[in-house]
Formats: sequence, structure tokens, C-alpha cells
Amino acid sequence: MIELVDIKKVFNAGKPNELTAVDGVNLGIEARQITVLKGPSGSGKTTLLSLVGCMARPTAGRIILQGREITSLPERFLTAMRRRCFGFIFQQFNLLKGISVLENVMLPAYPNGENYGALRERAMGLLAMFNLGAKAEARVEWLSGGEAQRVAIARALVNNPGVIIADEPTAHLDSRLSREFMAYMQSFKAAGKTVIIASHDPLVYESPAVDRIVDMRDGRLIAPGAAA
Amino acid sequence: MRRWIEKQRCLLDFTLSSLLRRKGKNIALAVVYTLIVFTLASVMMFTQALKKEASLILRETPEILVQKLAAGRHDLIPLSYASRIGQIRGVAEVKGRLWGYYFDPVMGANYTVMVSEDPSLDEGEILVGKGISRLRQVYKSNILSFRGCDGNYLAFKIKGTFEAESEIIASDLVLCSESDFRRLFGTPGGYATDLTVKVKNRKEIPTIAAKILQILPDTRPIRRDEILRTYDAVFDWRGGILLAVLAGAVLAFIIFAWDRAAGLSAEERREIGILKAIGWETADVLQMKFWEGLTISLSSFLLGILLAYGHVHFFSAGLFEPVLKGWSVLYPKFKLVPYVDPYQVATLFFFTVMPYTVATIVPSWRAATIDPDSVMRY
Repeated sequence: MIELVDIKKVFNAGKPNELTAVDGVNLGIEARQITVLKGPSGSGKTTLLSLVGCMARPTAGRIILQGREITSLPERFLTAMRRRCFGFIFQQFNLLKGISVLENVMLPAYPNGENYGALRERAMGLLAMFNLGAKAEARVEWLSGGEAQRVAIARALVNNPGVIIADEPTAHLDSRLSREFMAYMQSFKAAGKTVIIASHDPLVYESPAVDRIVDMRDGRLIAPGAAA
Repeated sequence: MRRWIEKQRCLLDFTLSSLLRRKGKNIALAVVYTLIVFTLASVMMFTQALKKEASLILRETPEILVQKLAAGRHDLIPLSYASRIGQIRGVAEVKGRLWGYYFDPVMGANYTVMVSEDPSLDEGEILVGKGISRLRQVYKSNILSFRGCDGNYLAFKIKGTFEAESEIIASDLVLCSESDFRRLFGTPGGYATDLTVKVKNRKEIPTIAAKILQILPDTRPIRRDEILRTYDAVFDWRGGILLAVLAGAVLAFIIFAWDRAAGLSAEERREIGILKAIGWETADVLQMKFWEGLTISLSSFLLGILLAYGHVHFFSAGLFEPVLKGWSVLYPKFKLVPYVDPYQVATLFFFTVMPYTVATIVPSWRAATIDPDSVMRY
């Protein structure tokens, strides 16, 4: 479903602080599976995730999504693709402070121009699914870590994307919440969504829900292998 | 189109929530903004309304006024001059006017006393303006006394108050009969305060004025357009003085607004990054910032204009009275006829709302063009 062909990403090219974050990666990511990009800090996991999620363009190589080459698409199309096809869960959750939980969940859908009432209803449905219905009007800074994580997941789902991308999602969670997170991911897989996670947390890559682990180091793949 | 409207609705909704997050800062900004618009609009509306009043007054005035000068000062003019002016070709009518000022020591106010052209006003009867009626609490059928030039008091019965388009002329005016006027001020018969000249062809006004000066060298003919020009200059000059005083405040506001609008905080930059990462386009971020700028500037602008309108037309521009009206020139108090020049409002809009909105968008545009993956690297 997602194919990366000879992908290279160089930051600050031509400057003294030039850094090659991803170097010649060839990878096929299967649909309706949970794939974990595993590796130490600086191994290029996050950069690879951002390339897959249309957040950045590779310096070289091609990315093919559902048979369509997307690396050469103009910025506008790339943004529309990012909004429609991908749901993001960030390491810091990246929720906007000062506004309500409900508004945070609705935010990715605002540029769609949907009916406000229908969108609100859908967001409320998602919050109810994650037992956050009562907190809809609360501000995000009042939430516990686990609640904030669930809001971030609800936000990732609001546009009903086919692919969920999570960057170090359990970095700030205890073991119980980490397992809970993986349970959610498993339910998404069961619902036919593709999940790609970058993590070096054993609770994630050793989870039975994971279908495939991709090891990375210094911007290269080490050896792709199947999970237990 | 419906999609676009829904999208703008969502963006506006988010903008309002966003503004409420920084309530204190934004309210402070809106208050200062409103105050500046209020002050500028007050000066503008006040000057404009005064000019409008002046033009209303002068609309009915004759084409030429002739005053007699004695040692460079305005003197009583013999009525015999009227027949000499009437002989000039092109003159339609010449009339003598009797008017003067009466200082009322009780109220400390100046009234303008004029002889009425209305023959139904009998001796001992007067018509008074609304300002005098308000000031002295006198109404129809009441008696009002004035101290004559010989020290004796003359009692007048108020026949009524009059309505006029302009309160400047109507407010402090007393109309009386000719004989009462001459008794009150001791003006000798055969003399008038000045002469009014009506001209058949307006194009001949300068020529006739020159001829008057030629046959009556001790007079001063004043053309209507000259009076209009003087009024304009006086009110513009007064407005200009106040604006010069306000320039410092305006400048301080511009710096404040620019700093507030142009300087994006690290938090705001991060938020723009998040919005882009979750699928907002650069254009969406800019539209949101546009709404943000417009919400503050437009609401402050409208509020400022409304307050200024109230200040000028309901409270007679109480804050600027000493500077703009000048002492004893327009006395007693009067209410201005509401008049707003749409062109001036548009100019004020252009110089307040537009720069602020642009100042909000430009730095956001710079922030909105950053790569969305920057939020992944925090």
C-alpha cells in the first residue's frame, strides 16, 4: 500500500551542519497491519514517519501511496492528502492549550468545509468512544496524561483516515496506559486501518498486536523482520 | 460556495476561541484601539458637523454683506448707502440688518439679538432659540428681561421658540422687532448693523463687490464664498491642532499594535506548526489570522465610531469643547446636527483596520510557510 523507493532525506544540505537523517531506505508497508519503526534516538524513525505522512518531502527517492507517486505533488495536494489519508498522534500529543477538548478534536476537519453541526456530532461520537464525552467542554490542560492521549487519538480519527501514524506515542505514558494505547491500535487494525508507529519502547514493539518491526540505525534499515 | 461558508464559519469559530485564550492582552489591545478610533473619529465628526452647520447657516445668506469700517473696525452703516448700492447694475435687492450681541450676566452667556423679518412679531414680543430656552428655563408666554443700554430693564414676552436646521444659529438667537432692538441697544434711526446685497447673476458678484468698494471706499464688501472659506479654515485649523496633539498617542498605538500583531510568540509559532501538521494549508492559517486581525480591528473600529458619534452628537463633544469650539465663539451650549461623511469614515477605516489586519497576516505568513514536520522534532 505504501512503498518507499530509495528514500533519502538530508537536512541543511550544503551547510556545515548538514545531516543525513534517512539514507537510501527501500520499504513496503502493508495495509491493515501494524508496523513499528524501531531504533535508538537519531536513527531516522521520526523523519521517515514524517516523509510517509506527507509532512516533508524526501531529498531523493519516491513515495508511492495506493499506487500513486506523491513526492512530486504540489504543496496544496500534499496537505489535502495528509488531511484525508493520515491521522497523526504526536509524542507530545500537540494539543492546543486554552481551547476545549471538543475543539481540539474538530480542528483537523475545519479546512474541509463540512457542516459544523455534523462535524461536532462526529467529534462528540469519538469522544464518547474514548469515554471523554463528559470532558468535551473542558480545556485540554486540565486533562490527565491518559485523557490527553485519548484526545490526541480521537483527533487523529476525526477525518476517518486510512492510516494512523504515531511518533513515540508511549514516551510519556506509564505501562498501563501504554498497553491501553496498543489495545486501541489493535482495534484500529481490526477496523481495517493501517498503523505505523515509531518507537523504541518494548511495550510497543513486543506487543502481540504488532505485525512487523522495521529496525533502523543511522538512517538506514537494519533488517526487516516479522514480529513474534 | 456552501463549503466555503462552512469553512469560514469553522475558522471564525476557532479564531474567537483563540482570542479568548489571550483575553487580557486582546481586551487591552481592543480598548486602546477603540480609544484611538474614538478620538480620531470624534475630531473628524466634530469638525465635519461644524462645517456642515456653517454651510447650513450660509446657505441662506446673501451673496454680499457690506459693513462700514471706521478706523479699521466694524461700524454702524447709514441706510442711505443702501440706495447708492441699489443703483449698481445687477443688484437685485439691498436690505439693512440690525443685529448685535447681548451679554447675560446672570448666566454668563452671550446671545445674538436680531431684528426679525417676520412682520407678525409685535413690539414687546421676542422669539428665542432652544439654547436660551434651556439655559434660562423660559418657555412660550414667559417674560424675559434684558438690561438696555440706558441701564433700564426691558421686559419681553416670549412668543415662542423656533426650530432651525442648525442649532448654532438657533441656539443663542433672540429675534425682536426693530423698535425694540433700537431701544435695547440705542442704535440711532437711519443706521443698520450691515447691509445685505442680493445679486441677479452670481457670476457678477466679484464685479459688484469691486464697484461697491469703488463708490463707498469706507465699506468692506464680504462675499459668501469668503465666509465659507474662513469657516473651513477655522475648523480645519482647530481639528488640525487637536490631531497634532494626538499624533503622539497615535504613534504609540501604532508601535503597540505592530508589536502585538507582528510579533508571533514561540507558542503561536508552535500552534501554527501543529495546525499545518494536522492538515491545515498555509492559506487556512492565513485566513484564520485574517479573521483574528479583522475581529479585533473591526469591532474596535465600529465601537470607536459609535462612541464618537454619541460623544459628538449627544454630548456635544464635551471632551474637545475647549479646544475645538473656542471661547465665547459658539456660546451658549448647542447640539450639533448629526452629520457623518462616509468618505471620511472610509478613510479612517482604511488607516486603522487595514494596517492592523495586514500586520497580523504578514508574520503569520512567514510562520505558516514552515514545514509541518517541525512539530515532530520538538
